[in-house]
Amino acid sequence: MKNVYLLVRNAIVLVCMAMPAFVWGQAATLSGIITDPLGQTLPGVTVLLDGTGQGTISDIDGSYTLAFDNAGTYTISYTYIGFIKMTQTITLTSGQNMKKDLQLEEDALLLETAVVVGYGTVKSKDLTGAITNIGVKDFQTGAVTTPEQLIVGKVSGVQITSNSGMPGSGSRIRIRGGTSLNASNDPLIVIDGVPIDNNGISGSGNALSLINPDDIENITILKDASAAAIYGSRAANGVIIVTTKKGFADKKLHINFSTTNSFATVTKMVDVLTADELREVINANGTATQQALLGDENTDWQSELFRLGIVTDNDITFSGGIKNLPYRLNLEYMQEQGVLDRSQLNRMGASLSLNPTYFNGKLKTEGNGKIYHTDNFFADQGSIGTAITFDPTQQIYDAASIYGGYYEWQNAGGLFSLAPKNPLGLLNQRDDESNVNRFIGNLKFDLELFKDFHGVINGGVDISRSNGTIVVPEEAASSYANGGVNNQYEQSKNNKLLETYFNYKKDLNKIKSRIDFTAGYSYQNWFRQEPAFASLNFAGDTITPAGIPGETENTLISFYGRVNYNLNQKYLLTATLREDGSSRFSPENRWGLFPSLAVAWLVSDEKFMSKSKMYLKFRAGYGVTGQQEIFNDYPYIANYDSSTSTAQYQFGDVFYYLLRPDGYDPNIKWEETTSYNVGIDFGFAGDKISGSLDFYKKTTDDLLATIPIPAGTNFTNQILTNVGSMENTGVEANINVIAINKKDMGLEFGINGTINKNEITNLTKVEDPNSPGILVGGIAGGIGNTIQVQSVGYASNTFYAYEQVYDESGNPIEGEYVDQNNDSIINADDLIFGENPTPDFYAGFYASFRYKKWTAGFSLRGEFGNHIYNNIASTRGVYQNIPPASYMQNLTSDYLESNFQTYQILSDYYIESASFVRMDNISVGYDFGSVFKGNAALSVSAIVQNVFVISPYSGLDPEIAGGIDNSIYPRPRIFSISANLKL
Amino acid sequence: MKNKLIFSAMLLALVSITTPSCFNDLDLEPAYGLNSIAVYENPDNYIHVLAKIYAGLAISGNQGPAGNPDILGIDEGFSQYVRVLWNLQEISTDAIKCAWNDPGIPELNKMQWSSTNSFVNAMYYRIYFQIPLSNEFLREASDDKMTERGFSEADKALIRGYSSEVRFLRALSYYHAMDLFGNVPFVTEENELGANAPQRILRADLFNYVESELKAIESEIPSVNEYGRTTKAAVQTLLARIYLNAEVYTGTARYADCATYCSKVINDGGYSLEPVYDHLFMADNHNSNEIIFPVTFDGMFTQTFGGTTFLTHSTIGGEAMSAIDSSYFGVQFGWAGNRSTPQYAANFPDTDDSRNMFFLDGQTLEFTEDAQLGQFVVGWPVAKWRNITSTGAVGSDATGNYVDTDFPMFRLADVYLMYAECAARGAGDVGLGLGYVNVLRERAYGDASNNAASITPESVLAERARELQLEGYRRTDLIRFGLFTGGEYLWAFKGGSFAGASVPEYLNLYPIPSSDVVANPNLIQNPGY
Repeated sequence: MKNVYLLVRNAIVLVCMAMPAFVWGQAATLSGIITDPLGQTLPGVTVLLDGTGQGTISDIDGSYTLAFDNAGTYTISYTYIGFIKMTQTITLTSGQNMKKDLQLEEDALLLETAVVVGYGTVKSKDLTGAITNIGVKDFQTGAVTTPEQLIVGKVSGVQITSNSGMPGSGSRIRIRGGTSLNASNDPLIVIDGVPIDNNGISGSGNALSLINPDDIENITILKDASAAAIYGSRAANGVIIVTTKKGFADKKLHINFSTTNSFATVTKMVDVLTADELREVINANGTATQQALLGDENTDWQSELFRLGIVTDNDITFSGGIKNLPYRLNLEYMQEQGVLDRSQLNRMGASLSLNPTYFNGKLKTEGNGKIYHTDNFFADQGSIGTAITFDPTQQIYDAASIYGGYYEWQNAGGLFSLAPKNPLGLLNQRDDESNVNRFIGNLKFDLELFKDFHGVINGGVDISRSNGTIVVPEEAASSYANGGVNNQYEQSKNNKLLETYFNYKKDLNKIKSRIDFTAGYSYQNWFRQEPAFASLNFAGDTITPAGIPGETENTLISFYGRVNYNLNQKYLLTATLREDGSSRFSPENRWGLFPSLAVAWLVSDEKFMSKSKMYLKFRAGYGVTGQQEIFNDYPYIANYDSSTSTAQYQFGDVFYYLLRPDGYDPNIKWEETTSYNVGIDFGFAGDKISGSLDFYKKTTDDLLATIPIPAGTNFTNQILTNVGSMENTGVEANINVIAINKKDMGLEFGINGTINKNEITNLTKVEDPNSPGILVGGIAGGIGNTIQVQSVGYASNTFYAYEQVYDESGNPIEGEYVDQNNDSIINADDLIFGENPTPDFYAGFYASFRYKKWTAGFSLRGEFGNHIYNNIASTRGVYQNIPPASYMQNLTSDYLESNFQTYQILSDYYIESASFVRMDNISVGYDFGSVFKGNAALSVSAIVQNVFVISPYSGLDPEIAGGIDNSIYPRPRIFSISANLKL
Repeated sequence: MKNKLIFSAMLLALVSITTPSCFNDLDLEPAYGLNSIAVYENPDNYIHVLAKIYAGLAISGNQGPAGNPDILGIDEGFSQYVRVLWNLQEISTDAIKCAWNDPGIPELNKMQWSSTNSFVNAMYYRIYFQIPLSNEFLREASDDKMTERGFSEADKALIRGYSSEVRFLRALSYYHAMDLFGNVPFVTEENELGANAPQRILRADLFNYVESELKAIESEIPSVNEYGRTTKAAVQTLLARIYLNAEVYTGTARYADCATYCSKVINDGGYSLEPVYDHLFMADNHNSNEIIFPVTFDGMFTQTFGGTTFLTHSTIGGEAMSAIDSSYFGVQFGWAGNRSTPQYAANFPDTDDSRNMFFLDGQTLEFTEDAQLGQFVVGWPVAKWRNITSTGAVGSDATGNYVDTDFPMFRLADVYLMYAECAARGAGDVGLGLGYVNVLRERAYGDASNNAASITPESVLAERARELQLEGYRRTDLIRFGLFTGGEYLWAFKGGSFAGASVPEYLNLYPIPSSDVVANPNLIQNPGY
């Protein structure tokens, strides 16, 4: 009967975890002060009663108190990041108030830290792959509104390029170069065990932009395949594992309030002719018709668009334990008013984490829920590009204008449709708003079934609902012909995860071995739905009827296993195997096997090195990963596509819609990337100097590329298929130096660098020296022009242009190109392969300094050997940009350099070096220590972000993902004040 | 121990929840859209696939005017079938020089194209979009499959009729391949989709195939059909056209066969000349009884940046023309691209010839330097294509972007002139041929005062230059007369410079795109490239 009672009770406990299993009294206490080797008190040390999840954290003065409801013998552990975990066994008698002061030993290399590696954790020292783990302490500071910005420039082999200065615009992340041509090159991102959907959410800038960086405890990056292969078919571009902050059972309520308030300013605008310069140029060179169009005003259109941006980001976190239920609750309110007038992002978030433990630590449960609501106002970014060329001799407002009072170009028929529209009209007459709700949550049970044998079940969801509206009034020039715009959109996403795995750890002391075995099963399903809406004008009349609604879904089922074998604490081996089945491929090609093997040797633990006090580890790994993110859930299925109402064909008096078979490859399957990595980790001079060095080679086969197929064999000319291979080879290194570590002063700096070389090694079935490859990299100017090529023997997206001829004084000669094949004709056969947009070398440098209660730091980042095609100059720095009649346009100042009269769109004159060094961040902080009579701790800091950029590039910003510079939302310089108050 | 049992039970329960029979979840199909089985199960769907094959000549994808393209790698508008065919047939000749600097265009102007020229590629891949689509239709419309699907006899008969039209459209595209590229990949409904790379067919063999296909369907296609669809006269006109140029394709002249088929069209086709020449190129030209085979466009429902939208916009522009009230052209503005050369303009001695549509206000007519290739204000613009109806109404698209005017791929005047040329070459009745020429001249001048007294092949060529200006015939005509390459006839920018220069003979064929030479090992590049 009692058993039944227990079962029922336990079941209830499982269902509603909030129910505590123990009740604390207070029979005895343990208290003390924790210090570091320099004698400084350590606040924030986690003091845990082993196996229970109950405990406390040390106060601002390093003191802690633990209360016990029963006398007895207890094992207490003390952990703090950067220090070696200390475990103490104590015996308390009833009513005893034991004092225990202790000093923690430093673990500068974090060798004892448990690192999350996917379906488990591994002690840092035992890692065999190329894995970087970054914690809160090393995160970037300041107005960091999206998570990936926390680690910019901090990790070798990882290149993060923010898309623009737009609020929430997110970033492009590349780990050790891109491995694919047409499939995704984004890494897999896993938050608390739930791989999130990398594809954007409608009405939001970026998938990660919804996550509050303040919730993040730790980011682990699996760079090589031996580490990433456990994630199989999605891991070819590396894996980023995000672990969020958790609560733990402390009776005391901890409240942490932090606020960051920032101003953002635009530091640079595109260099264009002033009104006077334009008048001078036109009066000297223009026709009478053109001269007559000039006005008398002096309008700086770009300046009119921008404002002082304001960001406020406020977080309040409650953590502690209700009875023995550990919790952490974070509430966030962030508002970012971008530097482009009207652009705004508001985010409200709540995240709750509960992680109680039952049955004397045998059942660990963890529940995480994060709910975010964002409101976006997308200011019309088209206004930025228009402002570059809108005629500066004209006024902004025109009292007589019927277009909402904005000056617009008109001809006899009314609005001149070919002319650009007033940039301020574009900006102010378009209300493009969205709101997004997203919930990411998981529930995890970890049950110790037998000794050292755990069963883990993790279920997660990533659900979002978004909708948006775009409203443009009838009088707005941009949509005047249609009578304005009144459109809406909606999207729902439901992504589910359910997985089970078992883990068995065993010390086999007889053979000095330890094994750690994991095997599991995972099911994931991604579902997206987008209803179709008609596009309407402002009055609600249909302009284009609703199309076909969108609904798409894919499923991934996986089996995986891993063995970690540790011999004599010195020889380490990790082997993994994963089998993935994806609904994206036909049953014949559905399943893929992804193995990996890695070994490591802790050389410094060998006897012959025992005197050196050095840390040295050799690593070598091999792994196969895949890629199946091809932006289409049904690529192998023959599909007939129905045409829209504007694409019908007339027979007699009837218009028939069209049914078209889409081109497809029924045999499509995943790409496979085989990687090799060798590396060393080291630490010497008492671990004051530490670092790692890695060499890698990644070969992608069955490359998913859109290539021309033999004409006549499919329903289109190019299809996405598996063809060819690509290689990335590289070296990456990082060194961290603790130069000074004294009680009142510390200085630490780090440097990391990566060399990566990318080359397409095969792309076609037949070799033909006349074929340059596949033209990519569409550019503005003319129609359908491209500036890049995918070609065997070259890096992906290599520039492909004419070689400009220059005169003796170094000025380009208009229209003259080098006749590469000497046939006296300049045609497509004279285009040459040039540089490419990815850097040959990129590096980060950061330093931090503390003196008494002051801290200071900065981080610098550079990329070298990357090139940009300056599409702004090539289309707007040419005299031909001045229309012959009807309206006037401005030129960029590059015209004064090149003096080009007609477009030279494919000239390599416009391919410029975009190497740069950017100071991402400089900060100074002061720690007030305890305030309010010791009841709170306060620290403040001042931060400047995007301090300066040094680059030979003539355009606005040398950091352009993809290497083609069209107008972007400028990245502002941001000045912030942060304060953190702990109660 | 008890605890262990409990744990085991709980674990088992949880595992059984989490390991469901979800392998079926790997078999997913699109929620919307149709697969090929669903499409062809319903006889009513066939006409929509047929419409797609026709529309392949008119629009560039399944979302007008652009957005869901049929072929990839080139801008949709630039690559639209009629537009790119027209570019290859006109810009390469004396008829048109395009002022735009977009890559590929200067090379067409100067006859300096290579095997990666984007317009050459676009034409090739448009042709090889039409052909596999046609093959698929014919496979799915076989009697066996229709019987298998249980179609009624009435449905079967209807669909067999569609099949004949599809064979005509496929022959038309193969004719373009033969004329432009010569020796090309050859696929029919016998070749399974996605299988091995197609075999190469020689130009002369392709001629025989096109001829046999057209003859096979000649009796199947009705004399009268819905507007926009194929008639018997269209089949016969295409036969006449391949016979007219047979010597170029096969080495053997077939002028007599050409004359025979022209006569069939003229006498039995039921077509008649449009009384007013201008009306053939206006927004309501679907009412004309002269057009034998149109490619239809509509400003609202058949939208493209190619076709007549391109022809109307691209041939006007410049300083003077932009001042014209848009109610004359029915579009808001010109794209200031295409204008003619002085050499071509010399074919128009008379201003009272209503076919003389040069618009010369504000233009400099003679090319005197190479840079003028890119200046629309130099040259002879032609205001022929318009989006205004014969009664003066503007086309259906209120924004003035997309044009209603249909493109006459075949029209009766061309058949008259083909007959006249054959007659002048001794393969037909000269008196009849002269009469056909004069009917056209009378329409052009309004009376018989400018009638010709005699015809020679050369005089008919000049008549073709006048009558069929900017209709996509010029390159083929010049090649037939041996004037396209070599140094006998020079025009501005032929060979590169404004003065014109001789060019080698290999340019009579365009190159096979290098992308297909790479993809298909059976192909051999045309000589000279």
